[in-house]
Amino acid sequence: MEKSKKMRQIAIYGKGGIGKSTTTQNTVAGLASLGKKVMIVGCDPKADSTRLILHAKAQETVMDKVRELGTVEDLELEDVLKWGYGDVKCVESGGPEPGVGCAGRGVITAINFLEEEGAYTDDLDFVFYDVLGDVVCGGFAMPIRENKAEEIYIVVSGEMMAMYAANNISKGILKYSSSGNVRLAGLICNSRNTDREADLITALAERLGTQMIHFVPRDNQVQRAELRRMTVIEYSPEHKQAEEYRTLAKKIDENKMFVVPTPLEMDDLEDLLMEFGIMEAEDESIVGKAENE
Amino acid sequence: MAERKPIKGVTIERTEKLIDETLAHMPEKAQKKRAPHVGANEPSVSSCAVKSNRKVVPGVMSQRGCAYAGAKGVVWGPIRDMVHVSHGPIGCGVYSWGTRRNLMQGTPGVTSFPLDFTSDFQERDIVYGGDAKLEKLLREANELFPLNKGLSILSECPVGLIGDDINAVAKKMEKELDKLVVPCNCEGFRGVSQSLGHHISNDSIRDHIIGKYEFTEKAGPYDVALIGDYNIGGDVWAAKPILEEIGLNVKSIWTGDGEVEKIAATHTVKLNLIHCYRSMNYMCKVMEEKWGIPWLEYNFFGPTKIEESLRAIAERFDDKIKKNVEKVIKKYKPMMKEIVDEYKPRLDGKTAMLFVGGLRPRHTVGAYEDLGIQITGTGYEFAHQDDYDRTAPEMAKGTLIYDDVSEFELEKYVEEFKPDLVGSGIKEKYVFQKSGIPFRQMHSWDYSGPYHGYEGFKIFARDIDMAINSPTWGLVKSPF
Repeated sequence: MEKSKKMRQIAIYGKGGIGKSTTTQNTVAGLASLGKKVMIVGCDPKADSTRLILHAKAQETVMDKVRELGTVEDLELEDVLKWGYGDVKCVESGGPEPGVGCAGRGVITAINFLEEEGAYTDDLDFVFYDVLGDVVCGGFAMPIRENKAEEIYIVVSGEMMAMYAANNISKGILKYSSSGNVRLAGLICNSRNTDREADLITALAERLGTQMIHFVPRDNQVQRAELRRMTVIEYSPEHKQAEEYRTLAKKIDENKMFVVPTPLEMDDLEDLLMEFGIMEAEDESIVGKAENE
Repeated sequence: MAERKPIKGVTIERTEKLIDETLAHMPEKAQKKRAPHVGANEPSVSSCAVKSNRKVVPGVMSQRGCAYAGAKGVVWGPIRDMVHVSHGPIGCGVYSWGTRRNLMQGTPGVTSFPLDFTSDFQERDIVYGGDAKLEKLLREANELFPLNKGLSILSECPVGLIGDDINAVAKKMEKELDKLVVPCNCEGFRGVSQSLGHHISNDSIRDHIIGKYEFTEKAGPYDVALIGDYNIGGDVWAAKPILEEIGLNVKSIWTGDGEVEKIAATHTVKLNLIHCYRSMNYMCKVMEEKWGIPWLEYNFFGPTKIEESLRAIAERFDDKIKKNVEKVIKKYKPMMKEIVDEYKPRLDGKTAMLFVGGLRPRHTVGAYEDLGIQITGTGYEFAHQDDYDRTAPEMAKGTLIYDDVSEFELEKYVEEFKPDLVGSGIKEKYVFQKSGIPFRQMHSWDYSGPYHGYEGFKIFARDIDMAINSPTWGLVKSPF
C-alpha cells in the first residue's frame, strides 16, 4: 500500500463544561477502533483530556515534569508521552492551579517541546488538541497557529451560553483563517436535551457557514464508562452510544467541509435564539430599572 | 533672576526655522507629534511651551529607558546596604548591574551589596508563577549575606503579566526574616519612560520604608537630608562636606551611597534638600504633607550656583548658619577664581549643547557659564512640565529646547548650531566624536567626577577644557 497521507490536526473548542474532553476521547477511541493512529494533546491545566484513554487519574504533564526537572531542555519525550487504548498517544500540557502563573504560556511551551522532540511522527493520521474552554489569551490559540490544527470542531449544545461561546470561537477562527489555513469543520452537538436542539444547532451551523456534523444524544452510559475511566467505545463497544461516537468518528474522517466561518452579529444571534424560543424579546423600557422602581 | 544675555547668532527665528526644516524630514504624523516637543526658548514666559512626558513617536530612535530602569538603576541601586533583587528573566538584572557609576563605600558582600541578585526566570516560573522561587531567593540571599539591612524586589515585565503577587511575598518574608522587604512593581512596560519607575519607587519608599526607623542620636535643629543625589562619580562625597562645613547635619542621603535605615528615619529631619527634583520630588512632597518637612531645591554645579544655593539654604536657618555660609563662600572664592582664571581664557565664548536626564540639562548650565561657555540647546529624556518650567529661565532667548529628542533631530540641530561641545550619553558619544565634535558623556561624567561642589568644579573645568581644547580634533578629518 502506498504510504502518502497527510496527518490531520484537529482542535476541539467549546464552552467550559460542555463535554469537550469526553467527546474528544470517545471520538478518538472511535477513530482508533477504525484503525487510525491518533495522538491527543491536552491543552488545559486541568489535564483531564487523556484519562479515559489511559485509565489514569491524571497523566503526568509536560509542565509538571518541567517544574520537577528545572528546565524544558532536560525533558525527554518518553517522560510525558503515554500510550493508551487503541495505541492512542497521549500528552497533557498541564499548567498551574487557577490564580497563579500563566497557563497560556504552559500550552505554548508544551507544544513547542512536542514539535522539537519529534512527537508528530509520520505514522499519525490525526492529532487532536483538546483546548481549555475559555480562550483567555494567545497561549490557548497556540493549537490553531500556522502549521498546527487546520480543522476546528466546536462542541456546542442548545443552551444559550454554549451558542454564544460557539459564535465567539468562530470570530477567533475568522481572525486566524486570514493569516493561515485554519478552518471551521463543524459543530458537534453534545445534547443537553433542550427543546428543538438539533434544529437549533443546524440553524446556527448554517448561519456560521458550516454544518452540524453530528448530534450526540445524551446517554448515561457515558457517565457509567467514565466511572471506570473508560470511553464508551472501550467499556461497551456494542452499546448504541458507542455507535454514535463511531459514527461521529467516521464523519470526521470523511469530512471535506472546511470553511472560513461567518460569525453572527450579536443582534442576529439573539434573533435566532428568539426564533427558537430560547430567549425572550427584549423590553428596552425595563433595562436598568430596579424591581420596586 | 536676570535674563541671560543673548547668544550671538541665536534667535527665535533661526531656531524655529531649524526646527521646521528638521521635522520636515519626518512623515506627516510623526512631524505633528514631535513638533510640540521642540521649541525656541522664551525665558520671560513663565510656563514653558514644550510638551513632555508623552509616549515616544514610533519609528524614531529615542534614548529613553523603562520603569524598571528608573527603579533599579536610579532609585534603588545606589542604596548600598540592601540586597536588590531583579525579579524576572536574567537580562534586566545583568544589564543594570554596575552600569551607573553610583559609587559606594563599604565592603562588598558585608556592608555593601553591589551584586546582581536575580530570580533568573525560566519557562516554569512563567507558567507556575515565581512567588515561591522569590521566597526561596530572599531566604537564601539573606542567609548568604546576613548583614544586609533589607531587600528590595524589583519586578521585571513578566512578573506583572502573569500576575505574581510580590507584595504578599514581601509581607510574609519581612516577618520571617525580620528585615525590611520592599516590593516595587516597576514592570518595564508601565508608563512612557523611566520616569514612572522613579515615581513607583518613591511610592514603595512611602509605603514600606519611611518612618520605620528612628535615628539613634537626638534630633537637632540643623538636621537635613540630601534627596536625589545618587553619588555619580562621587558627587555626594563632594556635596555633603560643604553642607557640614556650614554647620548642617546631613542625616541621610537618598540614595547615593545610601543606607536604608537612615532613609527610613528621614521623617525627623528639619529640611529636605533636593537635588534631582524629577526622580524624588514625590517623596519630598509626602514628607512635607505628612511630617511638615519643608523642601528646597539646590544646585551645586559651579561656584555661582553653589553660592546661590548656599545662601538660599541659609535663609531657612538661623544667623549661625548664615554666618557660616558667608565664611565658606569666602573661603572657597579664591580657589574658584584660580580655576576660572586658568580655564576661562581657553573656553570663553564657546558654546555647548546638552541632552541628558533628570536635572543636568538645567542644573549644569551655571557651571558652563562660570567657564564662559554658553548653552545653545538643552533637553531631557524623560522630564515633565515642571522641569521645563524650571529650565526656561536658565537658558538664553531663542536657544533650542528639545524634549525626548530623536537621534536624527539631535544630529541635525548640532549640525546647524555647531557647538564646541555636546554633553549627552553613551549612545550619542561616538556619533558626535566621529564627526569631529568634542563630547562629554554627562550621565556618568565620562568615567570622571565628582562634578558637584567646590571639589567637583575643578574636575569639571579640567574635563571640559580637555574635551574642547584637545588637539585631537584638529587631526580628525570627518567625512561627514
